Amino acid sequence: MVLIGAIGTAIGIPIVLSIPWFPADASTQAHNIHTLYDVLLIATVPIFVGVETVILYSVWKFRMKPGEELKDGPPIHGNTRLEVAWTALPAILIVGMCGYAYTVLHSNEKNLPGAMVVNVTERQFAFEFSYPVSGGKQIVSPDLYLAKGQPVVFHLRSLDVIHSFFVPEFSEKIDAVPGITTTLRVTPTRIGNYPAECTELCGAGHSLMRAGVHVLTPTAFKTWLSAQKPNGPPPIGNPPKNAVQPGVPGDSTPAPSVPPHHI
Amino acid sequence: MAIPAKLRAPGWYRAALFDVLGFAFAFGLTTLIRWLMHQHPVIDGAAITIVALIAVPLFFLVGIGTMDYWFYWAAGRPTRPEDHSQHGAYTWRDYFRPNTDHKVIGIQYVVHSFFFLLVGGLLAMLIRAQLAKPGMQFLTPEQFNGVFSVHATVLIFLFVIPVFAGLANFVLPLMIGAPDMAFPRLNALSFWMLPVAGVLMLMSFLAPGGSFAAGWTAYAPLSTSMPIGQLFFTIAVQFAGASSIATALNFLVTIITMRAPGMSFFRMPLLVWANFATSLLVVIATPFIAASQFFVLLDTALHFHFFDAFVGAGRDGNVIMYQHVFWFYSHPAVYIMILPGFGIISEVIAVKARKPIFGYRMMAFSLLAIVVLGFTVWAHHMFVSGMASWIRIPMMITTAIIAIPTGIKVFSWLATLWRGVLHIDTPMLFALGFLTTFTLGGISGIMLAMIPFDIHVSQTYFIVAHIHYVLYGGSLFTIFAGVYYWFPKMTGRMYDERLGKWHFWMTFIFFNLTFGPMHIIGIQGMPRRVAEYAAKFAAWNLFISLSSFVLGASTLIFIYNIVVSWRWGPRAAANPWRGMTLEWQVSSPPPIFNFDAVPTVVGGPYEYGVPGAVHGILKPPAEAKPVPAGVAAGSSGQGSHT
Repeated sequence: MVLIGAIGTAIGIPIVLSIPWFPADASTQAHNIHTLYDVLLIATVPIFVGVETVILYSVWKFRMKPGEELKDGPPIHGNTRLEVAWTALPAILIVGMCGYAYTVLHSNEKNLPGAMVVNVTERQFAFEFSYPVSGGKQIVSPDLYLAKGQPVVFHLRSLDVIHSFFVPEFSEKIDAVPGITTTLRVTPTRIGNYPAECTELCGAGHSLMRAGVHVLTPTAFKTWLSAQKPNGPPPIGNPPKNAVQPGVPGDSTPAPSVPPHHI
Repeated sequence: MAIPAKLRAPGWYRAALFDVLGFAFAFGLTTLIRWLMHQHPVIDGAAITIVALIAVPLFFLVGIGTMDYWFYWAAGRPTRPEDHSQHGAYTWRDYFRPNTDHKVIGIQYVVHSFFFLLVGGLLAMLIRAQLAKPGMQFLTPEQFNGVFSVHATVLIFLFVIPVFAGLANFVLPLMIGAPDMAFPRLNALSFWMLPVAGVLMLMSFLAPGGSFAAGWTAYAPLSTSMPIGQLFFTIAVQFAGASSIATALNFLVTIITMRAPGMSFFRMPLLVWANFATSLLVVIATPFIAASQFFVLLDTALHFHFFDAFVGAGRDGNVIMYQHVFWFYSHPAVYIMILPGFGIISEVIAVKARKPIFGYRMMAFSLLAIVVLGFTVWAHHMFVSGMASWIRIPMMITTAIIAIPTGIKVFSWLATLWRGVLHIDTPMLFALGFLTTFTLGGISGIMLAMIPFDIHVSQTYFIVAHIHYVLYGGSLFTIFAGVYYWFPKMTGRMYDERLGKWHFWMTFIFFNLTFGPMHIIGIQGMPRRVAEYAAKFAAWNLFISLSSFVLGASTLIFIYNIVVSWRWGPRAAANPWRGMTLEWQVSSPPPIFNFDAVPTVVGGPYEYGVPGAVHGILKPPAEAKPVPAGVAAGSSGQGSHT
């Protein structure tokens, strides 16, 4: 049966590795995460195959046969060595996986010198990307433009509810949270056009809250950047002076409220 | 003025009257306060609704008669001596009244929960119909958000959690040799809070602005800025939570104080251990979700600004705090939704494999380990939330560690199968199916613990796949196993084995076809909770939707089987599975007070294959003779009376 399990594992691992799980890897972070996932698959396929082998073998071998209706199995109550083994082996596996995951995390979130800062502002239901340029000015764009090989640090803010910022090809994601600034690091490695998605439910327009991400050659990026007008009008408008309670668009329900001066 | 007897006696007439009184109370109180505070308008529909959402259910619970005894006692009036008039069910009508018999309450719970399984399932069909093609279909985005929010909420709070409480309510007192639960009146109240929560959740569809639509997680500040339908969730969860807590206390006291003589902790069946562990989780964790929803209530209704942190507005609320408080309950809640299932699987596998549970003590200890570790992993739901980044590392480690006790359980079940005599009927098929699907759910769970991978798949369909593998392939499979297994005991009838097997195979195959591909589209980058998606996910979504419709239809086989067998099925024997635990030693269905004499427990619960072994004797300790056999495992525990 160990042999069956080994054969199953040997067949299973190439099968799961051959599934095209991820979209293209377009960042160093994505590359690391795809490798991590492959390692996780290789580590966990034997567990699944092992469990299935025991179940199927037991069903085939120990199934009640005619005449055994009143028969009981042998009264085996346990086996200390076996129990120690299946406690210790997963523990070792877990230590290995956590250690490896930690190194990937550490490498993905490393502070790279010369990283370009992009501010991401999110609100119901749009993204706004701004690039600080000299003189305290900034270039504002509804789409994200990046240069291949240029590390980027995103600073994210939200103007109303919690949003998120996810580019599947970058394998990186972070929420944009009202009241705080969150940070995300990406180094794009592949030229192309990708979607940015809001992945945190943010109201009625959540499904359509997307933006384009364009990774260009460094020269093309410079050309794009210099063609933009610094301090242009933000594509989603200025934040209101006094941010009000955001509602779902078209929400006309009166707030069941005590007016502020009564509190 | 003479009040008609029907309106004075506990029951539906008085409940209807009290509903009206409750609404009048809410109207009066709100209007009086607004008048005193010089607010305009004095009569405010939303304000009245909020107070009514709390008051009417409480008035209903008094009106239906769950609290009469306590009011008599508190008022110093003579309490009625217990005449057991609320005990047992003689007609179907008795199931629609407060009843103090744990067996009746158990059936009330289970049937009520399955009603909400159908409601939640139908909502799932709506979700899959909407998602069958890219582009907007027949639901508006607001409606879609409402539908999946109610789907999740109903299935978590009104199906999985209570159905386990219901099965345990029926079985657990029988298993430990007790005549009933420790607090029968509290038990009745626990049940009646559930329909209250259910009605509130479904009524939210009628609220102006639609039902609650911020997901079952109700993250602030989305939830605090929603139309009033959101508060139906906020308040319904309080009732469902109170019901859970009361039941858990009841289980704890019952297990600790009402075990039959000789039933030491290490002679308890693992279902009892599982519910002991679950009840510990419930009483410690559930107050936290109550707190999180009170925050939302106060923020929405009275502008407390707990979560009001808008940039540029100078407000200093803390948005992430909601998530910490919420997940401090809602992560342990996933164990609340699986540990009782572990108990069921242990019962089914031991009996159907005709072998003692392999490593009984480790099975019990691993449950307790999960209880403790379960409180140390909550922030793994928040790896991309923007919380302090160092918290992620310890949470990854604890999350991975919790796989060890869970793995011990899976391996022990497998070892229990080994060399047994496997009776592969419907409960056993669901148990074996559970081992497969839960292992897959566990593996994706370990992957999700790994922070970098989690960052990629958080908030995508991979998460949807994972939770359905552990809650559908996990919890629901164990529930089906348990319902088929105890159906003869609960109803006194046998179910149709052939239909049961059909049900299993349809469920098992189409479950995997529905939720398996979600792993792939999730990693590919399809976000969850979207009413609309990119065209490249179209093929898989159509496939998933078609599979899900067959999966939904498979439930009809189950319902048909249960309804027809309950009415016309062949009579069940007392012990059709030749089980050793005490519930199988009494008639099917059990006598009204369970045992004619206090039973005596003389050995472990799973001594299959030990010649002459007995778990319990239906005689008081003085008359029960010591049994030398069957002392190999689990019987060295303290408190043996033999």
